[in-house]
Amino acid sequence: MGFKTALFATHQSMGGKLVDFGGWDMPLHYGSQIEEHNHVRNAAGMFDVSHMTVVDVTGEDAKAYLQYLLANDVAKIESIPGKALYSGMLNPDGGVIDDLIVYNMGGWFRTVVNCGTREKDLAWMAKIAADFKVHIKERDDLAMVAIQGPNAIELTKSVVAQTRSALIDGLKIFQGLPDGEWFIARTGYTGEDGLEIMLPSEDAADFWAALAGASVVPCGLAARDTLRLEAGMNLYGHEMDDSVSPLSANMGWTIAWQPSDRNFIGRAAIEAEKNAGPAFKLVGLVLRERGVMRAEQIVTVDGTEKKGVITSGTFSPTLGYSIALARVPATIGNQCHVDMRGKQVLVDVVAPNFVRNGKPLV
Amino acid sequence: MSDIRKELKYLSSHEWARVEEDGTVTIGITDHAQEALGDVVFVETPEVGSRVSIGEEAGVVESVKAASDIYSLVSGEVIAVNEALADAPETVNSSPYDDGWFFRIQPDDLSELEEALDAVDYRELIESEE
Repeated sequence: MGFKTALFATHQSMGGKLVDFGGWDMPLHYGSQIEEHNHVRNAAGMFDVSHMTVVDVTGEDAKAYLQYLLANDVAKIESIPGKALYSGMLNPDGGVIDDLIVYNMGGWFRTVVNCGTREKDLAWMAKIAADFKVHIKERDDLAMVAIQGPNAIELTKSVVAQTRSALIDGLKIFQGLPDGEWFIARTGYTGEDGLEIMLPSEDAADFWAALAGASVVPCGLAARDTLRLEAGMNLYGHEMDDSVSPLSANMGWTIAWQPSDRNFIGRAAIEAEKNAGPAFKLVGLVLRERGVMRAEQIVTVDGTEKKGVITSGTFSPTLGYSIALARVPATIGNQCHVDMRGKQVLVDVVAPNFVRNGKPLV
Repeated sequence: MSDIRKELKYLSSHEWARVEEDGTVTIGITDHAQEALGDVVFVETPEVGSRVSIGEEAGVVESVKAASDIYSLVSGEVIAVNEALADAPETVNSSPYDDGWFFRIQPDDLSELEEALDAVDYRELIESEE
């Protein structure tokens, strides 16, 4: 038996198919992952993401600590209350320990890291913290619900107190603010507008029920994965891990090279790689005929012996054909071959994002 | 609980076969299989007029999650395929034993089906997997 979120009984009663995910019993779907996916693209869906690990960083060195710990620079968000920043947390070799979001909480910071990497993340954060005046606290008292889709904000406002509705009205994209014990952020993992709300565990079931009453559809991890993949968003353990450079994972934009004297963990390694020119990069692949590209299939590129690999592949419900993210030799052209069940299939190479705000990009 | 039909024969790889009144054999995948695969998005059936053999791959079913080979329970000639699955593969999820059939065979030797699992054996198999 795995860990259970505050919404476990709710998922069971709503017909969720519960599976193990990183040690947690989580809903995979409630019937059809494609219907759930489409509902998020066209209206609004909600996800229990309470398995994500929330870690608060306080203390007088909080900023300096995160500037050393993370490849992105929290100085970018310090003047904007609630502003969020996406970053990799690198090891000294330049591999990605995890990807995370950090919020400026006004004098301190809140980070959200992955559940499957929880133990190594907490150990690493604690180890680095030894040289700083900071306090690291995991917030396992909080549940988290993501409400995503073109109607997500409006429908969420309809079920919360007036103060929270007003707070939501004032949120800019990629900003989160507290209201009492709640923390409401305009962030997500679907390529749609929407909210991620952290709230006390004991409030979660009533909030979920109120959203369901407002016709926000419960969605499982399966739809979450096809939505994030269409949006070209990375999933830790697929697009990157401890042995993969952020430069090979479409995370170059999350590295703050300036100021050049900011020393962050992994900087020397990825700076050398950047100067030499990264040998691999992350691209999107599309296959407009029958068949579905899958993770771990091998990618062959003309003009090099080096092989690429599909890091995530699926059928795209929005596009009606298969899409994939692949880490490939940087010399790749407009097409490549994928070994699909023993057949070499020619596919098109595109930028690694496929759908945004309901609209196809390919 | 998966729907398992008494009158059908089964393979451990989760295909079913039904002997029609005219002696032909219809092949599809079980309710348990469609449930495990999740939303089906493509079905590749053999061509009408081609031959299929026991133990050889006769088609492929792909869901959002996974691809799976399809095997026939009898050898013979393919006399019909379910063309509707090309446009509506989700029929495999909603009606695995009826509208979601895959292909139909004129069998060489109907007694080959005696090697297949009956409903009781098949239920035991999937309960042991769960």
